[in-house]
Amino acid sequence: MKRTVVANGNEMVVEGAIDAGCRFFAGYPITPSSEIAEGMAKRLPKIGGVFLQMEDEIASVACAIGGSLGGKKSMTASSGPGISLKQEGIGLACMAEIPLVIINVMRGGPSTGLPTRIAQADVMQARWGTHGDHPVVAICPATVKECYTETIRAFNIAEELRTPVYVLTDAFLAHLSEKVELPDGKELKIVNRKRPSVKPEDYYPYDTGFGDVPPIADYFSGYRFHVTGLNHDKTGFPDINPVLQESEEERLINKVLRRQEKIATYENYKIEDADIVIVAYGSNALGAKEAVDSARKAGIKAGLFRPITIWPFPSIALQQVAASAKHIIVTEVNLGQMVYEIERIILGGRAVTEIKNGNLIFDTRHPRSSADLTTVLQANGTPIRPNQILSRIKEVA
Amino acid sequence: MAVEYEKYLRMDKFPHYWCPGCGNGVVLKAFIQAVDELGWSNNDIGMVTGIGCSSRASGYVDFNTMHTIHGRALAVATGIKMSNPDKHVVVIAGDGDASAIGGNHLIHACRRNIDITLIIINNWIYGMTGGQYSPTTPTGSIAATMPYGNADPDFDLVNLTIGAGATFVARSSVAEPVMLKNYIKKALAHKGFSVIDAFSNCHIQWGRKNRFGDPVKLVKHIKSVTVSSAKAKRMNPDELKGLFVTGILYENNEKKEYTESYFDMVKRAQAKGGK
Repeated sequence: MKRTVVANGNEMVVEGAIDAGCRFFAGYPITPSSEIAEGMAKRLPKIGGVFLQMEDEIASVACAIGGSLGGKKSMTASSGPGISLKQEGIGLACMAEIPLVIINVMRGGPSTGLPTRIAQADVMQARWGTHGDHPVVAICPATVKECYTETIRAFNIAEELRTPVYVLTDAFLAHLSEKVELPDGKELKIVNRKRPSVKPEDYYPYDTGFGDVPPIADYFSGYRFHVTGLNHDKTGFPDINPVLQESEEERLINKVLRRQEKIATYENYKIEDADIVIVAYGSNALGAKEAVDSARKAGIKAGLFRPITIWPFPSIALQQVAASAKHIIVTEVNLGQMVYEIERIILGGRAVTEIKNGNLIFDTRHPRSSADLTTVLQANGTPIRPNQILSRIKEVA
Repeated sequence: MAVEYEKYLRMDKFPHYWCPGCGNGVVLKAFIQAVDELGWSNNDIGMVTGIGCSSRASGYVDFNTMHTIHGRALAVATGIKMSNPDKHVVVIAGDGDASAIGGNHLIHACRRNIDITLIIINNWIYGMTGGQYSPTTPTGSIAATMPYGNADPDFDLVNLTIGAGATFVARSSVAEPVMLKNYIKKALAHKGFSVIDAFSNCHIQWGRKNRFGDPVKLVKHIKSVTVSSAKAKRMNPDELKGLFVTGILYENNEKKEYTESYFDMVKRAQAKGGK
């Protein structure tokens, strides 16, 4: 049955998580994400799930990893300082290939920063925050409804790829209330991790004979296996063989890259004939959309490209849009992060498709864009206003 | 009847990587004997470890095992236990792993009284990284990062864990492997958070720097600084100075275990109406 609710972004993350099958949450209080923990604390016991407020952020991510190995869809949620603390644990989940969803309600930083105010300054942390080469998927919902739908998608990707997935919202979206129509539960597409069907003695947790995302057994299900944060062989036991480790490290990266066409979703808005393309993500795209509408009313051919998944970035889709654009305006609520990635993609004309024997394989089918690139950036704790973007559109038009 | 160790070990992962004469093997053996006496099935045991020499133990046992990150074994173990409250979860940790980097998780696991057994292989040193001083390195002794003698006060993990709320706390050592096995067995069977402070010999990283490079000499030294609780009762405070009391030092069967408390709360939540 369809439901109509009035809710904010944090509440919709909770609804999405519950509907995705999340039954394990471990967190620690932090502004502006605390309502997610409060919502999970209220909902999970009702359905027999586990909610734990741990002693710190590090314990929270570690505990959620344990919950996931125990067979439950697991999540943790935090914001800037807490996400910084969780990084080592996130790396463990990448390396040991344990499904996990991490919500980061982005706030101003660095350090304690602006706890109650909007920022989008953790997008590069999401990509590179934990040490070492690692795969990452990060999703940036723009609306309250997307906080619901994209949290479900985050669980689906985490389960399918055996990897941590970030959902990056922000302080503004977290507390923005909207009327939202939620889909009928029966219409939802829910993905569950692949579990082994072989005999226990034939099971290995990292056996690529079963594909680049091997099945993962629940602890205590009769499939006894070993998990480590060290580089390992198919049995999960530590290994330092350079040949095996090169292929295993590359497999981790490629399991995301090879599925990027499916994962890297985006929205094109009034883009068909656009000379001026705004690139905006997350809640900042709401203002950008309004600026595009105002520009159109003034007879300016402006459009919006909105990555919904930011890692992997929908590179080819952006290149297609950028090829015919005269001006690209990147706007983000930080002092310039994603703009460097966008510059590389459109001006360099290169999109990475996979890594093979130490070579990055590029898709160079799409020409380099000759558009000029400008930015509308702001990191003062307030949202970027549509007028600020509109002014820039008018300047370059 | 003799224990069939092969039943509990991943024989293909041997030889183990511990130094000859290391006490880790003695503690692991005592643990396996305890499991065997309890008759637990391999399928029902989860073992979580952190980082350090002792934390490699999880790789050698044929249970549901995880070698995690430094200090976080108890936090991961809490997740595993909470998602499978009817299974047995054991953590093996070194002194640095458990009481320095993992100190916060240790005190809160004690406070919750979650049904996990923690075996601390306490060899008074960071062995794997080359002999730096840990919170339990005896004051005055030499370490790679205390070349002029340890200036830090040392930590009594028994007092710490009793104070933090653990409900079964015992200390033993590799010098008395049978007692060690007995205490581990009781700890495993205990419903609640149980701690074994197992003194062990690192003759390589602590011993060599402190004139105990020979494992037998070091085990004898460990014996000389420990005294059984029965004997300690007859000694005055002056005589007990510098000695560590062994035995079952605390047992409390009254305090409610955490998974029980949690799932009682779940029942209360479900009895209430609404979403």
